Amino acid sequence: MPLLSIEKVTKSFGGLTAVSNVSMHLNKGELVGLIGPNGAGKTTLFNLLTGVYEPTSGSIKLQLEEEKNPRELGGLKPYNVTKTGLARTFQNIRLFKDLTVLDNVRIAMHQNIQYQLPSAFLHFNKYHKEEDRLKEEAERLLDIFHLAHKKNELAKNLPYGEQRHLEIARALATKPVILLLDEPAAGMNPQETASLTETIKWLRKEFDLTILLIEHDMSLVMKICERIYVLDYGMLIASGKPAEIRANKRVIEAYLGEEVSHA
Amino acid sequence: MTSVLTKKNLLILGCILLTFVLVQVLMSVGFITSFHEITLATICINIILAVSLNLVTGFTGQFSLGHAGFMSIGAYVCALIVMRFDSVAGFLVGILAAALAATIVGILIGIPTLRLKGDYLAIATLGMAEIIRVVFLNLEITNGAAGLSGIPRYTNWFWMYLFVVLTIVLINNFIRSSHGRACISIREDEIAAESMGINTTKFKVMAFAIGSFFAGIAGALYASYFYFIKPNTFGFLKSIDILVIVVLGGMGSITGSIIAAVLLALVSTFLQSFTAVRMIFYALVLVIIMIFRPQGLLGTKEITDLFKFRRKNERIE
Ligand SMILES: Nc1ncnc2c1ncn2[C@@H]1O[C@H](COP(=O)(O)OP(=O)(O)OP(=O)(O)O)[C@@H](O)[C@H]1O
Ligand SMILES: [Mg+2]
Repeated sequence: MPLLSIEKVTKSFGGLTAVSNVSMHLNKGELVGLIGPNGAGKTTLFNLLTGVYEPTSGSIKLQLEEEKNPRELGGLKPYNVTKTGLARTFQNIRLFKDLTVLDNVRIAMHQNIQYQLPSAFLHFNKYHKEEDRLKEEAERLLDIFHLAHKKNELAKNLPYGEQRHLEIARALATKPVILLLDEPAAGMNPQETASLTETIKWLRKEFDLTILLIEHDMSLVMKICERIYVLDYGMLIASGKPAEIRANKRVIEAYLGEEVSHA
Repeated sequence: MTSVLTKKNLLILGCILLTFVLVQVLMSVGFITSFHEITLATICINIILAVSLNLVTGFTGQFSLGHAGFMSIGAYVCALIVMRFDSVAGFLVGILAAALAATIVGILIGIPTLRLKGDYLAIATLGMAEIIRVVFLNLEITNGAAGLSGIPRYTNWFWMYLFVVLTIVLINNFIRSSHGRACISIREDEIAAESMGINTTKFKVMAFAIGSFFAGIAGALYASYFYFIKPNTFGFLKSIDILVIVVLGGMGSITGSIIAAVLLALVSTFLQSFTAVRMIFYALVLVIIMIFRPQGLLGTKEITDLFKFRRKNERIE
């Protein structure tokens, strides 16, 4: 059984069906792309996976290796989804802007914290030990993205590309099994995108991750994804290897249609 | 850094003790008169109220207009207990019961209202505080609109100072813990917080409960200092008073709340001799400060940031 199974998921907003009867799956360790024109329903699908929205119908099942039965994620609160092992970044960066880089990462570590309320108030030894560990771990994560030396800066003062990196570091701090990246290369220049591509590949190995990636930058998607799903008007119109997707008529039409309407 | 006996902590402890002794000496030599003492009591009680409201509104970002409601619960609970058990032990039991009663009501009110946001939450908390006031107005045991008088006085400089210090230390520690950071993340971006594994409802209610706990203590100290309480003492205007201190000092700065509580009490005392223009002056001071410092006197800065700054400079490579 796949790690994550999305089965006939639909999400309607009033009259608009943003995600329509979509079935997808992620196998353990895969790096899968999710593409589609603007408004296709990609971000909405992420919101369904992470509990921001509840599916109108359908189910989302997570089958962890160490567990006998799959867990239903549809309808869980976002913090419970995160606890079960899904973490995400946001298309429109949603950092804790007025907090430091370090705090952004430490907040995401809260769910694994090892001290209780009494220690929070009285700063017992446990508090100090645990906070030291937290800081070390956070700095190690920040180091991956070359942000450790900026740990005391406010998140809002980082340049755009680094804010995107910090969002990934923050997501990793929740110790995810599956990482969902919503247009991580948006607004980056080609060099930054190239280096991000390498980082994503490396992260998957290092953290034993399964990754679902939304991206408009085709060079990035085609280069690193093993499989790709294509959404258009909320419906899944194609899925397969990058080469197959590139040659798929419906995909080309969907994208051409977009370019024509944009012109 | 696992010992509590760090240089910094010893320094802080020294300052705390020194302040206590200093005021005590000034009182015994008569430099601080019993008239000044009332201002001192107001300052202490307002610090407890403002710092605890700051946790809810400044740090967690939940706009509450009902803090005086929780203060009133503490005041009545402690008053009723200390009137029956007229002793220091009764007073201390009264404070504890006051804090717990306020916490329980805080949780009960917090669970339904904290689903609301912004203006709606403000109005809901305002309404809840009004309900509390009306309940006290109509209960027999609280003696209705006439209130309770002849409450034995046990609140003195020692107890006030002790609880001020406890409030500041405990809330400051909380904010610097993982739990406190979870609260702050709600203020920053609720959706992101929730997506990073923070149970936002739980932490909003937690902040509200802690805020109510200390508001209850403030109420208890008030009741046993001023002999006399009535429901209208803890009305809408009292909640606004506390909020003004928080906003003026800086939402998200404990130091700011302390400074603002002291400042406003001094301004208000000083203006007491100009009864006619007093409220106009008071309002003017507020307006001027908010025009020039919309983020409050200290913004989100703390006095401890001064030390951080120095350390940072030393480490430049
Ligand atoms: N909360 C909402 N309420 C109403 N409509 C929504 C909501 N969220 C998304 N939609 C609509 O659903 C459709 C899909 O939006 P979505 O953001 O998922 O697209 P997307 O594929 O991520 O597009 P983009 O590439 O521009 O990010 C759009 O028509 C959008 O307007
Ligand atoms: Mg999107």
